[in-house]
Amino acid sequence: MGVDGNSSFDQFVGTYRYIVSEDLRNAVNVAIALKRPLLVKGEPGTGKTLLAHNIALGLGKPLIVWNIKSTTKAQEGLYIYDTVQRLNDSRFGDKDISDVRQYIKLGQLGKSFVMQEHGVLLIDEIDKADLEFPNDLLNELDVMSFYIPELEETVCANHRPIVVVTSNSEKELPDAFLRRCVFHYIEFPNPEMMERIVRVHHPTIEESLLRECLKRFYWLRQFEELRKKPSTSELIDWLQALMAGGVSQERVEKELPFLGALIKKEEDLDYLEGKLTGTFGQRRKYV
Amino acid sequence: MFIDFFYLLRQKKVPVSITEWMTLMEALSRGYAQSSLQAFYYLARAILVKSEVHYDQYDLAFQEYFKGVEASEDLIQQALEWMRNPANLRLTPEELAQMRRMQRAFEVEEQDGQHDGGDRWIGRGGRSSRGHDGQGEEGTRTDGEGGRRSAVKVAAERHFKNYRDDVTLDVRQFQLALKRLRQLNRQGPVDELALEETIDATSRNAGELELIWRRSRKNAVKLLLLMDVGGSMTPYSRLCSQLFSAAHSATHFKDFKYYYFHNCIYDRIYLDVERKSTYHTSQMLRTLESDYRVILVGDASMGTEELTQRHGAIWYIDKNETPGILWLRRVADHFTHCVWLNPEPLRLWNHPTIRMARQVFPMYPLTLEGLDLAIKKLVVKL
Repeated sequence: MGVDGNSSFDQFVGTYRYIVSEDLRNAVNVAIALKRPLLVKGEPGTGKTLLAHNIALGLGKPLIVWNIKSTTKAQEGLYIYDTVQRLNDSRFGDKDISDVRQYIKLGQLGKSFVMQEHGVLLIDEIDKADLEFPNDLLNELDVMSFYIPELEETVCANHRPIVVVTSNSEKELPDAFLRRCVFHYIEFPNPEMMERIVRVHHPTIEESLLRECLKRFYWLRQFEELRKKPSTSELIDWLQALMAGGVSQERVEKELPFLGALIKKEEDLDYLEGKLTGTFGQRRKYV
Repeated sequence: MFIDFFYLLRQKKVPVSITEWMTLMEALSRGYAQSSLQAFYYLARAILVKSEVHYDQYDLAFQEYFKGVEASEDLIQQALEWMRNPANLRLTPEELAQMRRMQRAFEVEEQDGQHDGGDRWIGRGGRSSRGHDGQGEEGTRTDGEGGRRSAVKVAAERHFKNYRDDVTLDVRQFQLALKRLRQLNRQGPVDELALEETIDATSRNAGELELIWRRSRKNAVKLLLLMDVGGSMTPYSRLCSQLFSAAHSATHFKDFKYYYFHNCIYDRIYLDVERKSTYHTSQMLRTLESDYRVILVGDASMGTEELTQRHGAIWYIDKNETPGILWLRRVADHFTHCVWLNPEPLRLWNHPTIRMARQVFPMYPLTLEGLDLAIKKLVVKL
């Protein structure tokens, strides 16, 4: 890569389904250009996972998703040696079990390495895994290769995939891992941005209804006492429900119909009911 | 050239490392800043700042550094020109002087920072700009520092020392230490393939596959955390809350219980930090099995009478019928594994009540090293 990088720098500009802010667009393009993993954090529902899907869509590249769970091990992302299958096959003699290769199954990370074309790898919710998990992947993500002792082979990436890592900050990530990443924190969208986002999902929504809903939505979000503030994805669901139910703008103004689509915790519902009715959430307790 | 910005960031407590800085240099030399300050702002932030917590400090530093240049894009242009020459990526004599100045500044900083967990300059895991990162050292040497001790080396020595003794701990380090607190037992559903036994059974079965399953290993450790809150513990509250959140977020314990006390454990302990809801200590001793691993956290520094006398508790609500030291003994007698973590520096451990508490519980300093030793003590088999 030379100085010519400039022309190819601005690769990702968002898609018709995903509105991207300027700083996020920059972070994505920096990560692509520097070939570093992009670490994305942000409130739930701000579109961290969707980002990877839309990078793939926008750049026309295949996407491989690796969903991390609390039990996921780094090794599983590379490959699994299915010993049980091999043992089982050994009973029938219809397969050549001396060929270990057929029992080596590549994990999601491994698959993204051997892809014939340049792809996007999403490592979703990396903070769900064990504390050591990110450290175990440092080398693989750095040099984009790993060794399979059973085959005495090294798997090298044909094309370095664009790696997107999402985290909900449930656990802190190790410094060594952070140093290698490009980082971006997706801020909660402001009302103008939100209007653009909503229009992507509900192009036919009435202007006045949308305005009123956004007003109510940001009104709800200002309560610091809420355990879980409603997020973008919940707003979109709520609007969907309102449109399907044919709710008018006036009704949204007076009451909050389908509040359950926005607020998911019982304490929060109690609290809001108190706010709306002026009983400060005490009423339910005496019922 | 830009190196001042780097120091400014660190001065604003953004933990930027040399590695990240060099990455930024690489990006700039490839022209990714597109000759605009705006693009540079995002570029530098994405590469240098790794937590939203530091965004604000980054903004402050950026404002301060680029104040007034917003109108002219020349600066970036100049910088880009300058970056293209790889020789410029080494440190110049002026920058070296700058570095020395910074180091003097941070020696002072370090001294008064040590107490409250000053992890800002002596960052962990080579975060420090003057760690043993090869790049920094090389840059200094080209200046011909020769036989004298380079700033880098001095910094590296200090760095190491502080890493050992200092109370610089963060939640992650606590979590890693607590992970060692485990005792694996086989329990739960039979869902794990026992490979050795399977091979054995299959061979015995003349090659006909015979799968042997067993229970998987689970951690059997139950943890009880008793924390001293309020009063003399206030200076250590950050440290204690880090330990608490580490223990609380650890998922590998079979059970985790925590109570609070003030100075010493008396007839009653507390369920919350504000010490509003109480719980009878005797009931705790009755209901918790003796195999709970107990970590007491407290400075154990109080008036002797608080420990030895009936109604000695400093907090009138405690109104203890039994002297504190007896309660401590009861706890130590009931549970098989107890340790006391003391955040006070070792030199103060000659305090009479600390000595008394040490006769009851093995006491360790509340540092990474101390926690390691304590956990070793907690997992010994009796």
